[in-house]
Amino acid sequence: MISIQGKGVSVGVAAGKLYFYQRAKSTFDRHIVDDTDAEWARFKSAQEKAIEQLGELAEKARAEAGDEAALLFETHQMMAEDLDFEEAIESMIKDDRLNAEAVVTDVGAQFAEMFASMDDSYMQARAADVKDISGRIVSILSGAVQGGIDSEEPIVLAADDLAPSETVQLDKSKILGFVTSLGSGSSHTAILARTMGIPAIIGVGDLLKEEYAGREVIVDGGTGNLFVDPDDDTRDRLMQKRAELIKRNELLQQLKGQPNITKDGQSIRIYCNIGSPDDVYPVQENDGGGIGLFRSEFLYLECDDYPTEDYQFEAYKKVLSDMNGLEVVIRTLDIGADKQIDYFEMPHEENPALGNRALRICLNRPEIFRTQLRALYRASAYGKLSIMFPMVTSVWEVREAKKMCEQVKKELTAEGIPFSEDVDVGIMIETPAAAVISDRLAKEVDFFSIGTNDLTQYTLACDRQNNDLGRFFNAHHPAVLRLIKMVCDNAHRNGIWCGICGELGADLELTETFLSIGLDELSVSPRSVLPLRQKVRDTYVSVVREGLMNDLLGDQTSL
Amino acid sequence: MKSFDYVITDEVGIHARPAGLLAREVKGMAGSTVSIGKTGDEKVVNVLKVMGVMGLGIKKGDSVTVTVEGGDEDAVCAKVEEFFKANF
Repeated sequence: MISIQGKGVSVGVAAGKLYFYQRAKSTFDRHIVDDTDAEWARFKSAQEKAIEQLGELAEKARAEAGDEAALLFETHQMMAEDLDFEEAIESMIKDDRLNAEAVVTDVGAQFAEMFASMDDSYMQARAADVKDISGRIVSILSGAVQGGIDSEEPIVLAADDLAPSETVQLDKSKILGFVTSLGSGSSHTAILARTMGIPAIIGVGDLLKEEYAGREVIVDGGTGNLFVDPDDDTRDRLMQKRAELIKRNELLQQLKGQPNITKDGQSIRIYCNIGSPDDVYPVQENDGGGIGLFRSEFLYLECDDYPTEDYQFEAYKKVLSDMNGLEVVIRTLDIGADKQIDYFEMPHEENPALGNRALRICLNRPEIFRTQLRALYRASAYGKLSIMFPMVTSVWEVREAKKMCEQVKKELTAEGIPFSEDVDVGIMIETPAAAVISDRLAKEVDFFSIGTNDLTQYTLACDRQNNDLGRFFNAHHPAVLRLIKMVCDNAHRNGIWCGICGELGADLELTETFLSIGLDELSVSPRSVLPLRQKVRDTYVSVVREGLMNDLLGDQTSL
Repeated sequence: MKSFDYVITDEVGIHARPAGLLAREVKGMAGSTVSIGKTGDEKVVNVLKVMGVMGLGIKKGDSVTVTVEGGDEDAVCAKVEEFFKANF
């Protein structure tokens, strides 16, 4: 068995024979023409044909994958009939007396170059569109054969990369999965694969070899694993995963778009925890209502030196704009303890869990904090941002952090840089100290989000990395749950919302308890959203509340 | 010559598709040349040149000046302005 790692961009498991895409080949000579009018007419008729084909493709895409997919081809159509494009071609045919194939290729490359050099990722991506359009016109001019799949049975399709028009022209009933050696998560191939629900892996590089053609492969579009000649264990494991995914997908179809509301009408927001801008796709796929915890550490972990303001800004902006106006809670830098970064040059600590970490580092080293806050506020112009500080123990820390926010806003205003005026500022409640003084903290902020992993470890004095502590480390401990209730009550008394962003939020055994406590939000990993929604929708809070609260608050216990 | 200023409120600004739609709309207005540029900027582009319009990089919040020359300027200008309000 050969195991290859790529980037999974469309969830699902597919097994079948690997088949390499047969690309349409257009070969042409570059030559001088005598009759430029005739050459221009040749171009015009090829252009007309291309526009007609694109119209048909748009209709095909609309039928298969909806309006969104059709839009792409309609856009191509408009670009193909563009006056700018046409004029450039006309003057080159007439002045340089070159044949239309050569002219269209050159002009296409020029326009692609122009888009590629713009400082906007959307425009940069249009470079591929221009190449696709000029390639289409050249194929028509040179009478190239159509590319496609020449196979009777369904296959796993391999290619270097597929142009959008190639993807949509394919006979989908023949395709079990996609594997490409190039491409990015936001490439058309990835987007179309997702819309059509076909498992896909991209960016496999030269590990994808032509010699694998015709051999049995399994594609895992979630993890990005490609197995060539899988052994029996792998096949069994993945086929089981496939069955689970199909079941899950059925649940998704039923629950997608449904509100998170109990049988007796109490609702709760279900958001997602993510660790990088690439994680937005699973959030949307699982119908998360927003992002309740975006861990900004990854930006620092993936760099060899402090990430710049612009670098951070681009990452935050991407998440905010990709989430289309839904709330995104970004947690400021949370390193220290189990997450160490070399260039921070932190002195060695005997007990880092109780050491210089998270907000403490930020307040001690304001220059680092300021860079992050500037990037965050700048990004706030592109969506609904909330900022959250981790590891709070005292009111003064929050006030100091907020003061820095005000300072940054003042700076941006003075520099004429736009930012949103309604950025909410909240804190994580993950120390017993913060929970106990949550009545006071609630007067300082717009929301609380309880970090149950740390809250449990600090409350129970149990190291969560220490496996020997198993039975002592109990996240369902009444001390932890009582603190959660206390924090939530204090939040509500002060008119702010309270959620959970730790692992406990997804614990279905506690969902009824959390609803009874009255939490406003649970932020969980994307794949937990729908099971949690199901659980919420199955619950009668008014029936279970009294018993659960008696268990939690009474002085009798069975434990 | 007639002209109007307009502030783009659409999230995506003037990207490929809206630029294409604009060109289609204007194609039907014989005798008039419609141009667009960022307000105060020297660079103006005929709206029929879709790629040129995209190349202006017009984003949400930008103010643009649209000018109409030739043909029934009043009617065309009103029509184009209406189109901007509906689409951008």
